[in-house]
Amino acid sequence: MTYATGTVALRGVDFDVARGEVFALLGPNGAGKTTAVEILEGFRRRTGGTAEVLGVDPAKATRAWRDRVGIVLQTTGTSDEVTVRELLLLQATYHATPRPADEVITLVGLEEKANARVDRLSGGQQRRLDVGRGIVGRPDVLFLDEPTTGFDPEARRQFWDLIVSLRDGGTTIVLTTHSMEEAEVLADRIGVIVAGRLVGMGTPAELGGRDEAPAIVRWSESGSPHERHSHQPAAVVVELTERLGVDIDDLTVTRPTLESTYLELVARHTTAEPSCPTGGTR
Amino acid sequence: MNITSSPVSTSTVALPSVLTVALARGRHELRSFFRSREAVLFTLAFPVMLLVLFGAIFGNEDALPGTKYSQVLLAGIMGSGLGSVTFMSLAIGIATERDAGDLKRLLATPMPKVAYFIGKMIQVLVIMVLEFALILTVGVLLYGVNLPSSASRWLTFGWVTVLGAVACSLLGIAMSSLPKNAKSAAAIVNLPFVALQFVSGVFVSFDDLSPTLRTIASVFPLKWITQGYRSVFLPDQYLRVEPGGSWQHGQSAIVLGAWMLGGLMLCVRTFRWQRRDG
Repeated sequence: MTYATGTVALRGVDFDVARGEVFALLGPNGAGKTTAVEILEGFRRRTGGTAEVLGVDPAKATRAWRDRVGIVLQTTGTSDEVTVRELLLLQATYHATPRPADEVITLVGLEEKANARVDRLSGGQQRRLDVGRGIVGRPDVLFLDEPTTGFDPEARRQFWDLIVSLRDGGTTIVLTTHSMEEAEVLADRIGVIVAGRLVGMGTPAELGGRDEAPAIVRWSESGSPHERHSHQPAAVVVELTERLGVDIDDLTVTRPTLESTYLELVARHTTAEPSCPTGGTR
Repeated sequence: MNITSSPVSTSTVALPSVLTVALARGRHELRSFFRSREAVLFTLAFPVMLLVLFGAIFGNEDALPGTKYSQVLLAGIMGSGLGSVTFMSLAIGIATERDAGDLKRLLATPMPKVAYFIGKMIQVLVIMVLEFALILTVGVLLYGVNLPSSASRWLTFGWVTVLGAVACSLLGIAMSSLPKNAKSAAAIVNLPFVALQFVSGVFVSFDDLSPTLRTIASVFPLKWITQGYRSVFLPDQYLRVEPGGSWQHGQSAIVLGAWMLGGLMLCVRTFRWQRRDG
């Protein structure tokens, strides 16, 4: 699909997300992640290509479609003077089969703040409320745009548990994030968008040929560091033990991390295409 | 791009009716309004404060033999109060909600869009009734203003209020799209509103203004609203200083009606749920 305001911001971004899948979109700021997601959420018009969510073109969103699509926007912040429970009760009046407010409050871990005013919550708590508002209507598809920004590690763990339980309940989840750890823990598949193009796609283990890349064995020998790239790192270690015994200084065996794979993908596609589109994204 | 192409389940439970959602929105708007000290002070208390201040300074002077300035002021403050509850509070309130992303968040839900606007109308209606009750109580208790006794005057009060409130509400909703962000909203909205109050017969008698200022003011709704309220609250002797020696009811209805249509068209064409930059 393509999208443009003067410049083409997205081109050839083709992907399918299956029911009950967690799909993560990664990419540098301004690469087009949010643009792609906003087209799927029905917030932006596209100039070409096709987009379908639950069998419907999001540009033609109806109330019935909105009832089944949950959206957690990137920006937090609200002018509301009402409490957490009041806001969730209000949101429930929009939906056909809403979750009870107290169930949502428990799911997002805001029990202690249920009667606190929304404008008095911390950033992380507001974010959890955002997620809560996204799941009030028991959506079939849930969009999460950088959901855990500003979370402390414990809150993030709880949030991940919540996403996993939603996924296990059959909810399809589309997630954008800058956290490689989050993508690795949650995503069934990852797509990488760079400069408006989908440049990589696969499971966290396979993305960008990560599963086929050589591992790196590092050790020190007579005070100086050594390293060797190998597809069979165990063989390298066996060879080292035969030569140096079992006490090998500073021995590590590392696989390429998701982060290094991702950074490598971004670097490769950023240098190949210096004409970075500017239109339409922020 | 394709996300779960096959419709997974067709919900058999009907979506809530527009009325249900609209009433919930109205309750929410009122609750939010009364919990916001700034909104209550600015919208409700401000006109009353002006009435008390101006009344204390000039209240006992005669505008005309037999008509106290405080009576003229009361009619003007009623008009100004209507403008503040409708135009000002909607323009600033909606601009703030848009800037905070609240409107976009609503767009993401199955809320019928019209329910949002009905909710706002409920808010405006309730606050306007309170506002008028406050102003009239202060007027009667502090300045001995006589309330009209004839049904025809209350009828005038009714249609001036309805036409004026609808026109000014629509203009307020349209105006909300003009400020770039919440910070600039108050300034951008207050500037024309305060200026219009000075030339529309709120604080300064309309007949004291130069013909040029009167002509400018006659383009906008506020002048016709305050004139309508003068026809409700002032004795007919005051007609002597009204433009053309008439309350100009016909013209008022035409101008306010035209602003209603214009405001509605502006709203339909320019209303945005998202901020301009995304």
